[in-house]
Amino acid sequence: MMGWLLAAPALCVLAFGFGLPVTVLFRMSLNRTNEMGAMVPDLSLQTYAKLLSDEFAAEVAFDTLWLASGCAAAAVALALPVALSIRAAPPRWRGVLALAAVAPLLVSGTARIIGWIAILSDGGFVNAVLLALGLPEQRLINNWTGVRIGLTESLMPYAVLVLLAGLGRLDPRLDEAAATLGAGRSRTFLRVTLPLAAPALLASFALCIVLGLSAFVTPRLMGGGRVFVIATEIYDQALETVDWPAAAAMAIMLLAVLGGLALLRALLPARAR
Amino acid sequence: MNQAGPRRAGGVLRFAAFCGYALLLAPVTVVVAVSFSSGQFLAFPPPGLSLRWYQALFTNADMMAALGTSALLAAAVSALSLLLGLPAAYAIARLDFPGRRIMADLLAAPLLLPTLVLGLALLLALQPLKLVATWPGLILAHCTLAVPFAVRIMTTSISSVPADLEAAARTLGASPLRAALRVTLPLAAPGVMAAAALCFLISFDETVISLFLVGPRLTTLPVELFRYAENRTDPMVAALSMLLISIAFAVVLLVERAAGLTRTLSKD
Repeated sequence: MMGWLLAAPALCVLAFGFGLPVTVLFRMSLNRTNEMGAMVPDLSLQTYAKLLSDEFAAEVAFDTLWLASGCAAAAVALALPVALSIRAAPPRWRGVLALAAVAPLLVSGTARIIGWIAILSDGGFVNAVLLALGLPEQRLINNWTGVRIGLTESLMPYAVLVLLAGLGRLDPRLDEAAATLGAGRSRTFLRVTLPLAAPALLASFALCIVLGLSAFVTPRLMGGGRVFVIATEIYDQALETVDWPAAAAMAIMLLAVLGGLALLRALLPARAR
Repeated sequence: MNQAGPRRAGGVLRFAAFCGYALLLAPVTVVVAVSFSSGQFLAFPPPGLSLRWYQALFTNADMMAALGTSALLAAAVSALSLLLGLPAAYAIARLDFPGRRIMADLLAAPLLLPTLVLGLALLLALQPLKLVATWPGLILAHCTLAVPFAVRIMTTSISSVPADLEAAARTLGASPLRAALRVTLPLAAPGVMAAAALCFLISFDETVISLFLVGPRLTTLPVELFRYAENRTDPMVAALSMLLISIAFAVVLLVERAAGLTRTLSKD
């Protein structure tokens, strides 16, 4: 009893900051919006039905899923060599390398996107290099390409963290054993390291896809308002169109998808979590 | 032949790792360089070096007001999260009572939601209460995000203090409260400091939830940065980013010197 008493202040704050808002969100999704755009109190699934039959919404949902899975896969693929090199580094370098890999987490997401703008914009670094090489300029920002690059980078530190935790249990002596038995480096990687790392790879992919599905700042700023994903739609409906039932219903559906993914993850072998 | 030692990564792997690091560190490095640009545009490499955009930033009244708001908000959130989180963490770490596991899960619940959904939910709940774009509203919202982290870190650090010490103090006649405050708390201080710093940073860097809850008269620095990046792209946004980054690093360094943040966090 004493325990609940000690936690009561914290629980109260969370009840107001989390419990109440989530309830209101769910309740709002059962209201609907009339033709004039005004909110009508209701207790129906009309808003959901409207969203589910809306072609644009379906397209946005599909694009979001495609973006998140692609960026999650790319982030994991790029994070694996980083994690392996941290593991293979001499002990005194390990801390520094690991810190460098997760340092972006300490930097606000918006700040990193400002960096990407300077690198990828029309007058940016990459295009200046392309121009100097006599190659055609590329549009690398304010479109899906920009969002893909930015999102992949923002997911990488998380992927590295999960991989480092998962690979920690992988005995480096196995690599030596494979080499002693005559396996080449690529063979060792493909037949020993990769299969043993598979659970960690799956776990970091699962985390990245969850983070990618709900990412907002990167698609918004790198997409320059021309890329529509579920998160930017929720934001626009909430603050620009001010269609709260639609925003709430979209948020609940996003939560349902994330909940489904969490369930799938719970079904993974314990080793992978 | 594969004579290279097992410690030495292969050439392909090393190249791939280099590419990974380049991608990870490129944007931050570029922001640093561009913030010192003398040019008009966000371009890398900058045409020349100057401090003009820092000057523009520090003489921009809106930005400085937002900086003040963010700093004050983060300090309040950090202090409140400690006050709320410490007793809860102590209960989870030290006491045995029915529903302890459930309580710990409840206290971590806000972390299950994407900040976008939490921000929207807070907007919908706080609007009718007239708490949007007010100090209490922002503090409540940021605390909702910070308290779960505070509880988690402090639970870990309190659990790592041997319970026998507290029991010994009790045997010597200390009341339970006195034993907790005079024996366990000082020994768990590094974790508490780390929690305070992390809560400060969570609030100070929070963008998405704040976007839903700020108004024209009360706005935070990350929101200003976001809005500025959305509309304009002169190097002042880079200077502003640098300001956010340096404050974050200053806080991390301060705690690292005082308590060893990386040590405290990696104990988990």
